[in-house]
Amino acid sequence: MKEYRTISKIAGPLVFVEKTEPVGYGELVNIALWDGSIKRGQVLDTSDSLVVVQVFETTAGIGRDSGVRFLGETIKMPVGKEMLGRILSGGGKPIDGGPEIVPEKRLDITGAAINPYARASPEEFIQTGISTIDGTNTLVRGQKLPIFSGAGLPHNNIALQIARQSKVLGSQEAFAVVFAAMGITKEEANHFMQDFERTGALERAVVFLNLADDPAVERIITPRLALTTAEYLAFELDMHVLVILTDMTNYCEALRQIGAAREEVPGRRGYPGYMYTDLAGIYERAGIIKGKKGSITQFPILTMPGDDITHPIPDLTGYITEGQIVVSRELHRKGIYPPINVLPSLSRLMNLGIGKEHTREDHKKVSDQLYAAYAEGNDLRGLVAIVGKDALSERDRMFLEFADLFENRFVRQGYDEDRSIFETLDGGWNLLATLPVEQLVRIDRDLINKYHPKFRQGAKAQG
Amino acid sequence: MEVKEKKEKGQEGVLKRIAGPVVTAVNIDAHMYDVVKVGHEELMGEVIKIQGDETIIQVYEDTSGIRPGEPVTNTGLSLAVELGPGLLTSIYDGIQRPLSVLVDKMGDFIQRGVSAPGLDHQKKWEFRPLVKEGDKVSPGTIIGEVQETNIVHRILVPPNVQGGTVKSIKRGSFTIEEIICTLDSGVELTMMQKWPVRVPRPVMEKMNPTIPLITGQRILDGLFPIAKGGTAAIPGPFGSGKTVTQQQLAKWSDAEIVVYIGCGERGNEMTEVLTEFPELEDPKTGKPLMERTVLIANTSNMPVAAREASVYTGITIAEYFRDMGYDVSLMADSTSRWAEAMREISSRLEEMPGEEGYPAYLAARLSEFYERAGLVKALCGKNGSVSVIGAVSPPGGDFSEPVTQNTLRIVKVFWALDAKLSQRRHFPAINWLNSYSLYLDTLHDWYDKEVSPEWNVLRSWAMEVLQKEAELQEIVQLVGSDALPEAEQLTIEIARMIREIFLQQNAYDPVDTFCDMAKQYDMMKAIKGFADLAYAAQTAGVSPAQIISIKSKNDLPQIKFIKDYKPELERIQKNMDSEINTLRSSA
Repeated sequence: MKEYRTISKIAGPLVFVEKTEPVGYGELVNIALWDGSIKRGQVLDTSDSLVVVQVFETTAGIGRDSGVRFLGETIKMPVGKEMLGRILSGGGKPIDGGPEIVPEKRLDITGAAINPYARASPEEFIQTGISTIDGTNTLVRGQKLPIFSGAGLPHNNIALQIARQSKVLGSQEAFAVVFAAMGITKEEANHFMQDFERTGALERAVVFLNLADDPAVERIITPRLALTTAEYLAFELDMHVLVILTDMTNYCEALRQIGAAREEVPGRRGYPGYMYTDLAGIYERAGIIKGKKGSITQFPILTMPGDDITHPIPDLTGYITEGQIVVSRELHRKGIYPPINVLPSLSRLMNLGIGKEHTREDHKKVSDQLYAAYAEGNDLRGLVAIVGKDALSERDRMFLEFADLFENRFVRQGYDEDRSIFETLDGGWNLLATLPVEQLVRIDRDLINKYHPKFRQGAKAQG
Repeated sequence: MEVKEKKEKGQEGVLKRIAGPVVTAVNIDAHMYDVVKVGHEELMGEVIKIQGDETIIQVYEDTSGIRPGEPVTNTGLSLAVELGPGLLTSIYDGIQRPLSVLVDKMGDFIQRGVSAPGLDHQKKWEFRPLVKEGDKVSPGTIIGEVQETNIVHRILVPPNVQGGTVKSIKRGSFTIEEIICTLDSGVELTMMQKWPVRVPRPVMEKMNPTIPLITGQRILDGLFPIAKGGTAAIPGPFGSGKTVTQQQLAKWSDAEIVVYIGCGERGNEMTEVLTEFPELEDPKTGKPLMERTVLIANTSNMPVAAREASVYTGITIAEYFRDMGYDVSLMADSTSRWAEAMREISSRLEEMPGEEGYPAYLAARLSEFYERAGLVKALCGKNGSVSVIGAVSPPGGDFSEPVTQNTLRIVKVFWALDAKLSQRRHFPAINWLNSYSLYLDTLHDWYDKEVSPEWNVLRSWAMEVLQKEAELQEIVQLVGSDALPEAEQLTIEIARMIREIFLQQNAYDPVDTFCDMAKQYDMMKAIKGFADLAYAAQTAGVSPAQIISIKSKNDLPQIKFIKDYKPELERIQKNMDSEINTLRSSA
């Protein structure tokens, strides 16, 4: 393999190399420094006169005298069964002091798109034990459901609780967890690791850690390494994999940084115009394939800059993912855990995974009714601030009270409280029972007669 | 416009530069939009710029590992689709490769360098001629037909060949490659034709649409109808129900053919369409909906250049069925992803950006696309139509962004989705105050004749009540609802009924998912009936609180979910009558 010493320009994470033999687009590059250390990069632009290389680590130490080798292949991830229980760097190297991974396969990290025709429809209900998710924003196997949060909110705990409690009804099998950290602090990473160890989840987990002080450019490949591993576990080893990516905001910042270094025409707020396509290349790597046993369910976490849901990062994410769980600062301030605001939250695949065959026949209608009543009560709070409670009609006062009850009984639960879906739905009915029956316009009479606490007369109705 | 094989066919050039989906070749004398094969793996690409001796190509597949110096071959052809029997029930990627064939050829993941023809060239179809020897035919003439699904596929003389007199025509079972008809001019016809996707197919005449596309969605048919051959846009932030609305239209609209383009959207959603459509029945024919449907799925992580092409592929197929005299509706979800694909390609070309980084030709491309819709007299003499309904995904739900604004300048119907409504689970979350339809006048007569002469009056009444409610709500926000005059308290209640009973519709309920015009009319009339009773009672001295709390009224929403709703509706109306009369006599 030929080594070139023809670097003509270094700008930010980019290295420009001249007068090379033909080099493939996307090829992996090794750059040897004077002290013998090696830095890795990837070809971004190739022509017969100039090759642009994006270096994954800092370019500190690279100079005109550095030697550049093109490896003739795109970035590959060595994968193997013994990866479970291992902790790797954001670049995929073991950092837990254990041995190198013996690869059973080396897979391209960009990953190919799943042919929509080969996909199977996700419809297996995952019980997370959290009412605001199970009851009103149901998660199914193969879904990608991000958590939209803000700085200082307990999104990490929510993610951990989901990872710990998630199960498919009637199945004993636990999820394998692939955890990719991008630019989070050591402290946050420790929090995750301790929880994994406390609950024994680490044995079934593969952890990729790119911490806040690791090179930003490395963040570009971390989620891809994680998803390549997840695909291997899911589609070759038949496992059900839960992928947690945190924090996608840091990933997007790194993307912007590279775009700026390449002097690209920026899109909204300086983020590259191709960010939608780039993010889709990550999020779309979730799902189920016909005829394969495993599945990939994704939980990306992102912090919305300034709690602004219209910021390009949450915005583009929301357009790709199948819904979102929105963490609310207001509920957090009220001391409610988990502070999930159901109103802007959504699960697009919910309808596939609920109902008679999956959870219970009244699920959809109960959820709709809870939503409608809570939305109405929540709106009235604004009115009360202006005109006072006394100016409300009796009907309005009931809805106002409902909103408070909803937050305190339905939303609020313990960090280790694992509610079954039936507890969640019955809890919903108990709340709805505080409203007059004729206000429950979203629910058919039959269901009201069967499940409404007033009519079911203490009978335990299930299934 | 003929797709000639140009003389450069087979000519080879050399790759000079690769930067993502855009590559540069030299020593190749191509024309704009010629299809070329790139590299040793023969990836499919299209010429998008010519500069000096450099030819710039957008590649429809991933270019990783491709090196400078690899060959580039010009096919001399424009990007074209194959049109003929076999289109219906197919699911294609953006450049008309059948996804089912791709699974067979390369497995569950989309790999590159695999080509697959759009139609099955081996399958035999039973051809029945409709012209005989000696008949004169011209471009667009129907020469025969094939029973493709429950839809009859009419075989047309391609618009780009010369007409003449039929010298011979066959009957029987043929593949789409076999010659079924020869003309005295020497032209030989098969059941398949090719058409370049970027060129609109010719028609005899474009006409103004006068018939609504009935969708079974109350807020659309009832308040903001789109005409057959019309254009509509559904902009909305994520989670407001664009895709569900589009899918409802694909399922229930009374078009004869549906083309659904999933342009840069979610893979799982396409799967949902794929699993659901074959199971659903067309309410008119009772046959699976899939039999009238062509799906194009270029999900967000499939190559961006193919996403750009997918919209053209879709509309060309739609035009082809229109030319047979069918009413076609085309859903594009989402045109914003298409615009973004244009932006991405444009920025790789280092073109001067327009607003928000979109290319300056964005408006022109959008209007060219929507202009391919319309009610037409086709070359065969029959009337056909293409209705285009485009979803728009404005960043942050902000309608002032370039794609939404440029779309609104062209389309005639605007269904404004509203995140506020979807948050309270008011579906379809179409805002009744901001939406509009410019077809109301031209469709007026149809509603008069086909629904009821009263309908147009009812519609205006409902809109007035909703408008009035919006004004009253502003006052309520300041002083509370008890401070309103009695008549207006009733107005608020009646508006609530219109919203909750008429406008809200449950796409997941087996009955409520589709509501025909007759039921829409009965429902609106029932609400108006209650309103008339209520106002009369209030004038006679009954308090609004009493009127609002009558029991029978609470049953009214239930008729949405009842298939044979008439007896129940009559019972409710009778009870409302008697309850209000009791109130009046005690007042």
